[in-house]
Amino acid sequence: MELSYFAIIIGAIFVNNVVLAQFLGICPFLGVSSKVNTSLGMGAAVTFVMALTSIVAWSIQTYILVPLHIEYMQTIVFILVIAALVQMVEIVLKKVSPALYQALGIFLPLITTNCAVLGVAILMIQKEFNLLQSFAYSVATAVGFGLALVIFAGIRERLELDDMPKAMQGIPIALITAAILAMAFMGFSGLV
Amino acid sequence: MRAKELRKEAKMNKLQIVLSGIIKNNPTFVLVLGMCPTLGTTTSAINGMGMGVATMAVLIMSNLVISLIKNFIPDKVRIPAFIVVIASFVTIIQMLMQAYLPSLYASLGVFIPLIVVNCIILGRAEAFASKNGALDSILDGVGIGIGFTLSLTAIGAVREVLGSGAIFGYSLGISDYMPLVFVLAPGAFLVLGYLMVLFNKLAKK
Repeated sequence: MELSYFAIIIGAIFVNNVVLAQFLGICPFLGVSSKVNTSLGMGAAVTFVMALTSIVAWSIQTYILVPLHIEYMQTIVFILVIAALVQMVEIVLKKVSPALYQALGIFLPLITTNCAVLGVAILMIQKEFNLLQSFAYSVATAVGFGLALVIFAGIRERLELDDMPKAMQGIPIALITAAILAMAFMGFSGLV
Repeated sequence: MRAKELRKEAKMNKLQIVLSGIIKNNPTFVLVLGMCPTLGTTTSAINGMGMGVATMAVLIMSNLVISLIKNFIPDKVRIPAFIVVIASFVTIIQMLMQAYLPSLYASLGVFIPLIVVNCIILGRAEAFASKNGALDSILDGVGIGIGFTLSLTAIGAVREVLGSGAIFGYSLGISDYMPLVFVLAPGAFLVLGYLMVLFNKLAKK
């Protein structure tokens, strides 16, 4: 696939935003996005893990699964790789940089079940990216995730103070807000 | 409190196990689990239903296997073990759909392998199948699976009617007047949000 890095990056952040256009990573999007600060932390943690996952998953796919003709093992192998990677990142961070661990620590275990991470790993293989393109795509996707999360958190912080019918409180109003945000992001379509 | 609830859950009779998954523990509207496929695949009633049935199949099989092997798995590695069981069934479903339902497989896309990280399945493995017998676990899978399938089909049907003026692929002849946005991304959030409001309103009476 002949795509410039610029197109990949802008496409992944704005046009095909991972949360608002592709519906990946909705659980943390709804769960963690009530404060701007926690959203930033979650975004950073996801960026970190996605960047690592893209390199490891791409290498495994290219140098192990394809030569052995066991591409059908992709799902099982990738989810195990992500789970192991998250554990490892947690252990290494704790040892090397306690400050960063303090900041990202609570978000790390949540990332294993963040479908955006597995989704991106599968998508970048599907799109037949090379290693550097995969890396750019993953980081850009994660940035898009963080961006959506932070914007959404900003809105929700205000939403908490508003009056509304009881049946709409919590998740329903969050979803309706997300719909309007998704509409805004539709304005980016056609950009790349 | 939680343990008490679980014990109560275990004592329920067979029919109750199935029914609780459909309304009281509806995975979409009450538990709010598995949001990604719920939003991502419900562009039409058929797609929503296909996703629901695929998830149900994986849920029933993984519930069965996990309830059978629960006594052999050391407690510390149970989550990775569950994930491997679930991922195996997802791979099987993926291959079956690719072979027999290629068009549905193409329209559901990346969400088929992503059944692995659907929190409903791991959640039921942890909360139900690892504590109950094989038959009850299958019934739990059936109940939650039907609840999930019904919600997805309902969301898909609403979006299909509003967005493309059709239902289950049959045109209603009004497609020219319908706003396409309901089939696109914002429509997913909007329809799910308002259906949840409706469900809250009706269920809490």
